Amino acid sequence: MIATHRIIALVLTGVFAIVLMRPAAGEVQRVTVGSKLFTESVILAEMLRLLADEAGATADHQRQLGGTRVLWNALLSGEIDAYPEYTGTLMQEILVDQQLHTRAELEQALAERGLRMTAALGFNNTYAMGVTESLAERLKLRTISDLRRHPDLVLGFGNEFMDRADGWPGLKQRYRLPQQDVRGLEHELAYRGIASGTLDVTDLYTTDAEIAYYKLRALEDDLHYFPVYNAVILYRADLARRAPEVVALYKRLAGRIDAAAMSRMNARVKLDGEPDAGVATDFLRKSLHLEVDVQKQSAWQRFWQHTAEHLALVGISLSAAIVLAIPLGILAARRRRLGQLVLGVAGILQTIPSLALFVFMIPLLGIGAPPAIVALFLYSLLPIIRNTFAGLRDIPPQIIESAQALGLPSRARLRIVELPLATRAILAGIKTSAVINVGTATLGALIGAGGYGQPILTGIRLDNTALILQGAIPAAVLALLVQGIFELVERGLLPRGLRVHAEPSDSRSL
Amino acid sequence: MLQLSQVSIRYGDAQALYETDLRVPDGETLVLIGPSGCGKSTLLRLITGLVQPDSGTISFAGKALTPATLMQARRRMGYVIQEGGLFPHLSVRDNVTVMARYLRRDAGWIETRLAELARLVQLPAALMPRFPAELSGGQRQRVSLMRALMLDPDLLLLDEPLGALDPMIRYQLQQELKDIFSELGKTVVLVTHDLAEAAFFSSTLVLMRDGRIVQTGSLEALARNPADPFVHTFLRAQRAPVEQLTGAPA
Repeated sequence: MIATHRIIALVLTGVFAIVLMRPAAGEVQRVTVGSKLFTESVILAEMLRLLADEAGATADHQRQLGGTRVLWNALLSGEIDAYPEYTGTLMQEILVDQQLHTRAELEQALAERGLRMTAALGFNNTYAMGVTESLAERLKLRTISDLRRHPDLVLGFGNEFMDRADGWPGLKQRYRLPQQDVRGLEHELAYRGIASGTLDVTDLYTTDAEIAYYKLRALEDDLHYFPVYNAVILYRADLARRAPEVVALYKRLAGRIDAAAMSRMNARVKLDGEPDAGVATDFLRKSLHLEVDVQKQSAWQRFWQHTAEHLALVGISLSAAIVLAIPLGILAARRRRLGQLVLGVAGILQTIPSLALFVFMIPLLGIGAPPAIVALFLYSLLPIIRNTFAGLRDIPPQIIESAQALGLPSRARLRIVELPLATRAILAGIKTSAVINVGTATLGALIGAGGYGQPILTGIRLDNTALILQGAIPAAVLALLVQGIFELVERGLLPRGLRVHAEPSDSRSL
Repeated sequence: MLQLSQVSIRYGDAQALYETDLRVPDGETLVLIGPSGCGKSTLLRLITGLVQPDSGTISFAGKALTPATLMQARRRMGYVIQEGGLFPHLSVRDNVTVMARYLRRDAGWIETRLAELARLVQLPAALMPRFPAELSGGQRQRVSLMRALMLDPDLLLLDEPLGALDPMIRYQLQQELKDIFSELGKTVVLVTHDLAEAAFFSSTLVLMRDGRIVQTGSLEALARNPADPFVHTFLRAQRAPVEQLTGAPA
């Protein structure tokens, strides 16, 4: 087993080297911004990153983290300094039990938590009624109230909007809308229906990329039926002290981005496939006249970065799992009661959905690589423990008894007889863990751990298969590679006596 | 050499061995015989300490066997089981010398002893680097015997050592084994269910049934004065086919 120790030590050294090679913080202020899992949030956060850069700080962007709560908690704990948010989300979701009604109350509630927000950026990303520009021109439609004059219009809504009390039923009541032909359908289909003229009105978000693409007009909510989702920049109060120049630049965004501008930017990224950094740069140049530089990362640089991140996630978590799981498997095989407990606990860990496990780690370890590594480590335990246990248990009893009867003490028996005989099973467990680990590590991107999950998430967000494959293929190749490496390890470790097959020896020969 | 007094053990609900006394004098070969499940293998496992008795004491070379003395005692016993119990991942050489190497015996001594034993069991030196899977059944038993004899034990325990072999090889090995026993002059306890084999190896047979010793004595004594109707039945059941044909008494 000395060979195993040496290999594990090598793997660990390599992995730590990769981790340590990542750039360390210097004297410059460090500003980390975050974004949610949709394009608009990513573009805005890119602006925040570029602005922080412009102000002389070292800026980082934790891209497309999995959910509002993740970002909110990361902001509270100081792991990120700022992110784009919506007033509606703050008042009606995150701080809903505070029963906030005015901006002043909201600012007060944020201040109590050490947070601040900028003035509204200029667009309200909420539900709206959309019609084509041409139809709006023809019928002189400007507000939702204008729809009352045209009872023959065909309405088509996404299923969610159709059913929610604060969706169509409430809207119809508030505006006393007379239309009878109202259909519920998939949202994507609604856009096509509008484009082909089979539908006249649909629900949309005021900054949807499709507004620009299909040349739609969002009718004004003149009776203020829909809740207000004004975009703001949320930041930590200490950022204003630490890096006042950065906050000053953030404040300059206020009132600069209207719904149409945001919709156009969304369309450029989502529909035209432009890089979000480029779109954000263009906006800052044109609107704020800032000479920001996009430090373009080449595709290869991105690939190597994702590879290094992914290797670190897998390498550390898998090595730690091997180091702990083999002794646990031995313990399980030697002590029946304790063994049942160990296997039971590891089994329960395995039943936790991977995404949930990643998110559970955030309160303990924040966002980034550490929580992902711990989650992956926990996931990798069971296959190795179970296979070590099974491998030791499957050794024929007469072999164990022979070793006992020879007078080999327990530890020597384990080292000389039992572990070598269980090698194949243990390595099979490690291979299973490795493959699961490499695959599951792609989810780490959701909590800011990077890796091959990053292009996959971006690809899903932009509905871009090529981008998804840029993450999925390397992940699959890495899984095969890791498996191959352990095949080689097996070839080196597996005792030769277990590889030979009984030669058809003459049973009569003595 | 070996003394068991009032030793008993149960496995769950089954009393595998009732309170039993047994004495094996120095240099003698004792054969435990009886039908499957009679407790003969259990007796052997008790002697090697693979199982602990519920009651009674076992003393070996004048000392009581306890968990504390067990490891030392085992190194002075050689144990051969039915399928050989060889370690499949170790070569013949490593199987035989594993314990000596663990005890850090002198390498030269190990080589000499290995060659000596190979000669004794008539195993060609060419087989030393082979693995158990590459050996015939008879060769495996020879290796197993070498391993048991490596540390020159005081007591040799054999549990159905020839049970898995085909009759021709079995016959030949019996002869060789008997020669080895007499050459070494060791104390031997051998378990078998085959009456002819038992009688061939020893003049002292211990016949067992359902966890008890039924009768101890030579084959002739067992045949002439059966202590129990079972003794008679057991002997009858194992009459050689040729004898049955001619109707000669067992």
